[in-house]
Amino acid sequence: MRISTFFYTLKQGFRNIFRNKLFSLASIATIAACLFLFGIFYAVLANFQHIVKNAEEGVSVWVFFDEGIEDIRIQQIGDMISKRPEVAKMEFISAQEAWESFRDEYLGEYGDGFTENPLENSANYQVYLNDVSMQSALVTYLESIDGVRMVNRSELVATTLTGINALIAYVSVGIIAILLAVSIFLISNTVAIGISVRKEEINIMKYIGATDFFVRSPFVVEGIMIGLIGAALPLGFIYTIYNVVLSYVMDRFPQLSSLLSFVPVGEVFHVLVPISLGLGVGIGFLGSIVTVRRHLRV
Amino acid sequence: MAVKKRRKAPAVENEIINLTNVSKAYSTGAPALKDVNLHISRGEFVFIVGDSGSGKSTLIKLLLRELTITSGYINVMGYDLSKIRHRKIPKFRRNLGIVFQDFRLLKDRNVYENVAFAQRIIQKSNKEIKKNVPSILAIVGLAGKYKAKPRQLSGGEQQRVALARALVNQPTILLADEPTGNLDPKNSWEIMKLLEQINENGTTVIVVTHNREIVNAMQKRVVTLRRGVIISDEEKGGYIDED
Repeated sequence: MRISTFFYTLKQGFRNIFRNKLFSLASIATIAACLFLFGIFYAVLANFQHIVKNAEEGVSVWVFFDEGIEDIRIQQIGDMISKRPEVAKMEFISAQEAWESFRDEYLGEYGDGFTENPLENSANYQVYLNDVSMQSALVTYLESIDGVRMVNRSELVATTLTGINALIAYVSVGIIAILLAVSIFLISNTVAIGISVRKEEINIMKYIGATDFFVRSPFVVEGIMIGLIGAALPLGFIYTIYNVVLSYVMDRFPQLSSLLSFVPVGEVFHVLVPISLGLGVGIGFLGSIVTVRRHLRV
Repeated sequence: MAVKKRRKAPAVENEIINLTNVSKAYSTGAPALKDVNLHISRGEFVFIVGDSGSGKSTLIKLLLRELTITSGYINVMGYDLSKIRHRKIPKFRRNLGIVFQDFRLLKDRNVYENVAFAQRIIQKSNKEIKKNVPSILAIVGLAGKYKAKPRQLSGGEQQRVALARALVNQPTILLADEPTGNLDPKNSWEIMKLLEQINENGTTVIVVTHNREIVNAMQKRVVTLRRGVIISDEEKGGYIDED
């Protein structure tokens, strides 16, 4: 390809956007609407997952030992637990630490009357999980270890969080399916308009002796540009909306900030920007290829 | 021993178009062309006439390789059109100039760009385009209107632009499909004179028309089609009516 032909193709691609203003606007609006919905959904989903993850990280099980167990055995049990794949982290709490913590939290100065540790057999491992849904498997294992007297856990929290995770997964699949169906419908309509607008132009080019590549190239440039603009606009909107909503929620409900932590905008956009731009370019590219292809066999 | 494939020998000296026993049938309805034999030499001026449904448009579409034949043999400028590959079609068409009844100009581009477009397709440099386009526009009498958009031109002027676009790449054959169909008599004659002038410069010109007056006045070769069959092929012929 000559350099002048390359630049001509680029120039025509850009010009096409302005030549068919209504079509370009319709295409940009369609892509922007689809990617806006996708972006909003992703931002909400990312925050839900973040909140649930935080909650999961706080879920732990406590492993108590048989009376009179030797320290070396406690150490061995600790090694066994730490090797399990379900375990994110664990810490040892001695009987003395357990008592001090209990005394400080519940008894205050009344605890001073105790001369001996009433929780003498309360040394334990506090075990945090990678995934809360693995809790019952881990508990079964822990209970089978020789030297383990008791394993305490919160079944309700684990079940609730596992349920929320499953719900998020189902809702995500459902919403993505709906978004996909809406996008395909809107984009196929836009492509159909594009076909009627371009039919004559493509036919003329083919009659004069243009190659498929020459005919297709400006449309592909145009499609990619429309896809990029259609992706950049909702990203801008979502960035603004996200910041506004986050600061509004934090100002209006300050008590939430101690309970929930939201994903910073930078972290959301770290994933959302490449995905949205990729989708925009992909939709624009495929849309233009499909539009032109039907008329190339003239 | 390998047998060399041989192209069918031209039936006529200096032959540029060869249709031998060509038939074309669409998937529905009666055949559009039946056993057509047509041989056109380089530099000829040929009218193809006939009423609606006679097969004129089908013939043009076969020559353009927009359609493929059902049976027979078709060769245009050395290209066997029943075997040509899709990717070779653009190269083949670059040797053809084509003019349509409805002009088919790019409405959003001016006269200059419409004509330059044909040169860009064959990847001419900007320098060559700047030289060739004004020169062809001068030939068709539109040098002063190069900035005008098609909607600002009369029908006759639009057809001249289409003609300039068809000629700028110096085609071997010019196909004109009802070039005067949308024009008044004065403009029709001007376009025909231009076509005659182009033919005198060596380009083979094939005009599909049902303009009786022009056909009878110009005294060129006339091929008459009726219901898909060539019923007459005369040098210096005239328009033959249906009955």
